[in-house]
Amino acid sequence: MATAPAAREYSGTHDTHPEHADSDHKPGFFARWFFSTNHKDIGTLYLILAIVAGTVGGILSGLIRWELYEPGLQVFTEGSLLDRLGVFEGKHGYNVVVTAHALIMIFFTVMPAMIGGFGNWFVPLMIGAPDMAFPRMNNVSFWLTAAAFVLLMITPFVDGGQGLGAGTGWTIYPPLSTSGHAGPAMDLVIFSLHLAGAASILGAINFITTIFNMRAPGMTLHRMPLFAWSVLITSFLLLLSLPVLAGAITMLLTDRNFGTAFFNPGAGGDPVMFQHLFWFFGHPEVYIMILPGFGMVSHIVATFSKKPVFGYLAMAYAMVAIGFIGFVVWAHHMYTDGTPINMRAYFVAATMIIAVPTGVKIFSWIATMWGGSIEFKVPMLWAMGFIFLFTIGGVTGVVLANAGMDYTFHDTYYVVAHFHYVLSLGAIYSIFAGFYYWFEKMFGVKYNEILGLIHFWIFFIGVNVIFFPQHFLGMQGMPRRYVDYPDAFAFWNQVSSIGYFIMVAGLAFFFIMLAEAAIRRRKGVPNPWGIGATTLEWTLPSPPPFHQFNDPPVVRAEGH
Amino acid sequence: MRNSRLTRNASGGLLGVLVAGGATAFAGAAFAQDLLGQPTPGPTMGLQPPGTEVAEAAHFFHNAVLTPAIVLITLFVLGLMIYVAVRFNSKANPTPARFTHNTPVEVMWTIAPVLILLFIAIFSYKLLFQFNDIPRADLTVKVTGYQWYWGYEYPDQEIAEITSTMLPEDQARAAGRPFKLAVDNPMVVPQGAVVKVLITGADVIHSWGMPAFGYTFDAIPGRINETWFKADRVGTYYGNCRELCGADHAFMPVEVRVVPRAEFAAWVVRNGGVLGQRPASAAIASPPTVPGAAAGPQTTAPQPAAAAAGQIGTPAAATVPAAPVTPAAANPAAPNPAGGDPRPAGSVPTSPTPAAPAAAPAQ
Repeated sequence: MATAPAAREYSGTHDTHPEHADSDHKPGFFARWFFSTNHKDIGTLYLILAIVAGTVGGILSGLIRWELYEPGLQVFTEGSLLDRLGVFEGKHGYNVVVTAHALIMIFFTVMPAMIGGFGNWFVPLMIGAPDMAFPRMNNVSFWLTAAAFVLLMITPFVDGGQGLGAGTGWTIYPPLSTSGHAGPAMDLVIFSLHLAGAASILGAINFITTIFNMRAPGMTLHRMPLFAWSVLITSFLLLLSLPVLAGAITMLLTDRNFGTAFFNPGAGGDPVMFQHLFWFFGHPEVYIMILPGFGMVSHIVATFSKKPVFGYLAMAYAMVAIGFIGFVVWAHHMYTDGTPINMRAYFVAATMIIAVPTGVKIFSWIATMWGGSIEFKVPMLWAMGFIFLFTIGGVTGVVLANAGMDYTFHDTYYVVAHFHYVLSLGAIYSIFAGFYYWFEKMFGVKYNEILGLIHFWIFFIGVNVIFFPQHFLGMQGMPRRYVDYPDAFAFWNQVSSIGYFIMVAGLAFFFIMLAEAAIRRRKGVPNPWGIGATTLEWTLPSPPPFHQFNDPPVVRAEGH
Repeated sequence: MRNSRLTRNASGGLLGVLVAGGATAFAGAAFAQDLLGQPTPGPTMGLQPPGTEVAEAAHFFHNAVLTPAIVLITLFVLGLMIYVAVRFNSKANPTPARFTHNTPVEVMWTIAPVLILLFIAIFSYKLLFQFNDIPRADLTVKVTGYQWYWGYEYPDQEIAEITSTMLPEDQARAAGRPFKLAVDNPMVVPQGAVVKVLITGADVIHSWGMPAFGYTFDAIPGRINETWFKADRVGTYYGNCRELCGADHAFMPVEVRVVPRAEFAAWVVRNGGVLGQRPASAAIASPPTVPGAAAGPQTTAPQPAAAAAGQIGTPAAATVPAAPVTPAAANPAAPNPAGGDPRPAGSVPTSPTPAAPAAAPAQ
C-alpha cells in the first residue's frame, strides 16, 4: 500500500544512470530542505540538527568544567564573563546549564542523530524500501523536533522564578519544578519536551510501519539487518514510554498552572509519583539512546572483520530482551527515595538481569572479530572503542544496580561517570562510528583517513581523562550538580577539566575533517569497504539517487 | 570488624597487583592515610573510610566483591580485544573465517554472567537488608531539608529543631574546619548509640547524604524516610545534600558529630533538652565521667537562630555551661513511659527537667 504513490510518481526507472533518471530529480532548494518528504534529506537535516545541538551542549559542558576546574565560584558568579553577558547568571545559572546540557544532549543530539539521522537514512535503504511509510509525517517529526529545540534554547532567557531559566535538572522533579520554579521558563521546558516527545512518537510509528510493511521481497524479519532491528525495537520503546512522559509532564503543567495537586503533598499529591512516571519513561530512554548504536556497531564490526555477524539471531533477540527488561527496572533510579524494601529487592534483581543480554552482545561482537581479517579503519576504531568503553560503563552499572551499594553512590559523580561512559563514550562513539562508516555513502565524498584517526585518538584520550577520574570523585562522595565543592575534591576535578580541553582538540579535528572533505570533494564509490559490507545500501551509488528501489530488490537467503 | 579488615588487606593486595599491571584501579587501597568522615584531598582512589558497621559491610561488598569482579571482567574484555586485534588483523589473517555460530561458547557466555551475578546477589541482598533492619533505636533524630539548610529535631530529648547552616568561609578557615562541609550547628549524637534518622523535606526534595555511613536518603516533602546509623568512633562526619534543590544546593552540607555519651548528655542539657526518658538515655548517662568536659571539644559553640549563613553573630544564651546539672544524677532511675517503643509517641516529660535556657533555635 505504501509503495503505491512511489510507483505512480516515479515510474520505475532503475538507478543505473542516477543523474539523468527520474529517480534523481530533486526539487528546488527551499522545497527540498523545508518541505522535505525524502527520508535521506530528512536524515541529513536531523544530522545537522544533532551537530548543531551537540555543539551547543558541548559548549555548556565546557562551562561546567570551567567552573569546576578549581574550588570556589569563578564562572557562575558576579562580575564573571557570563554575568557581564547576562546569561546563566549566578549559582542558579549553573543549574540551568546542567539542565540544558542534559536535555540538549539527550533529546536533540543523541536521539536525532541515531534515530532521526541514521535511522531515516539507512532503515529504508537497508530493507530495500523507496522511502519511509509516511513521508510527510516524517517531515512533521523533524520540524517538531527543531521547534522543540528552539523552545528549549529560549528558556535560559525567560524568567524561571529563581532567576532566568529552569534549573531543575533534566529529571524535572517536583516540587522543585512546580513551587520551586514559579516562572514560565519551566513551562517552556515542558512544552519543549511535549513537542520533542510528539515528534519521536510520530517517528516511531513511521519506523514501525516502514519496517513491518515495506521490506523488500525475501527480506524476512530474521534476514533483516541488525540496524533495522535495533531501530524497530527502539521505536517500540519510544512508542510505549514517551506517552508516559507526556502524561507526567502534563500533570506537572496542570499542577503548575491550573491548581491541580498530582504531585503536591500539601494537597494529597505525591512527588514520588512523578519519579515513577518519569523513570518509567526515563529508563527505556537510556536504551533508546544506545540500541541503535548496538545495531550500527554490529554492522561495522562485521564489515571490517570481513565476516558475518556472529550469532545474528541471538544479537537481535538480545536487543529485544534488553528493550523488554528496560521497561521493568525503572525504580533502580529511586533506591534512596523510600520505596518499599521488597520493591528495591525486586528492582535489584531485574536490573542485574540486563547484564546478561548485554554480555551476549559484547561477546558476540568479539566473536564476530574472532577469525576475521580486521582492517582498522576509522569506523572500526570507533566501534572497538565503543565496545570497550561501553563495557566499562556497563560494569559500573552492575555496581549501581545493587541498592545497598547505590545508597553510597546515589547522585554522586560515580553515577555521572557511569552514564557518561555509556552515553558520552558509548552512544556518541557509535554515532561517530556510524558517521564515518556511512560518510561516503551519505555525502558522496571521501573523508581524510588521517584526520579521522587523529579525531579518534585525541577524543579517546580526552573523554577518558574527563570521565574516569569522576569515578574516584564519586567514591569520595562528591555529589553531582554541584556548582562548587569542598577543597578535597580539587585534584580529580582539575584532571577532569583538563580532559575537556583534550576532547575539544579532538572535536576540532572532526570539524577539520568535515571541512577538508567538503573542499577536496574526492568522489565516493558505491562500496568503499569491500566484501565485508553486505547490506543493501552498498549496492547503490554514493550518494544514493534521490529515490531508490523503485523496483524493489529481491533478497535471497544470507540477506543479512 | 575482623573480616572486613581482612578484606581490606586482601583487596589492597589485589589492587596493588592490578595497578602494577597497568589497570586503573577503583577501590581504595591505602585506608591508613584517608581521613575519617570527610573526603581526602589529592589523587584518592577509594571510598571514604566507613564510620559504621553497615558501611564497613558496604566497603567489603565494594572492595572485595564488586570491584575485583568488574575490573577482571573489563580486563578480560580488553584482553580478548587485544588478542583479536593482534591475531586476526588483516595482515596476520588475510583470509577471514565464515563461521557465525558456536553453541557451546554461546551457552557459556550466557551462563557465566548469570553465575557471576548470582554470586554478587548473595552479598548484595545481605547488605541491602542490613541497611534496612533497624535495630532498637537509642535515639531518634528528625532531619528536615530546607532551601538551603538542615533542621535537626530530637523528639526523645524534646529538643526543638536546631538549624544547621554552612559555616561562612572566613569562620570555617579560622576554625581550621573544612569549608563547604562544616556547619554552625551539627547533628550531635552519642558514640555507639543506635540513632534512628527520620528524613523529610520542607520545601523541595533534598537528600541527606553521609558517605562515611554509606548512604544518602531523600528528604521528600510529605514523606518520612527512615534510616539509622551506629557510629562507634568519636569524630566529626561530613556529608552533603545530594538531590538538586535549587541555587544553593552545593551549600547545605551535613555534619554529624559523634561525641562521648557524657558529652552528649551535656549537649542535650545545654540545648534545653530532657534526659532520661528512654532506655537509651539511661545508657547515655551511664558512665558518669566529668560532665563539664563537654565544653572542651565543642569548639564551635552552638549559635542558634542562624537561619542564613550570613546572619551568625547572635550569641544567645545557649552557651550557658552545663555544669550545674549532672546528667548522671538526673536519670538512672527514670521511668520509661514509652515502654520498648522508641518512637516519640507524644512523650510527656516525666522526669524533673532542669530549667534550661531556651536554647533551641527559633527556626
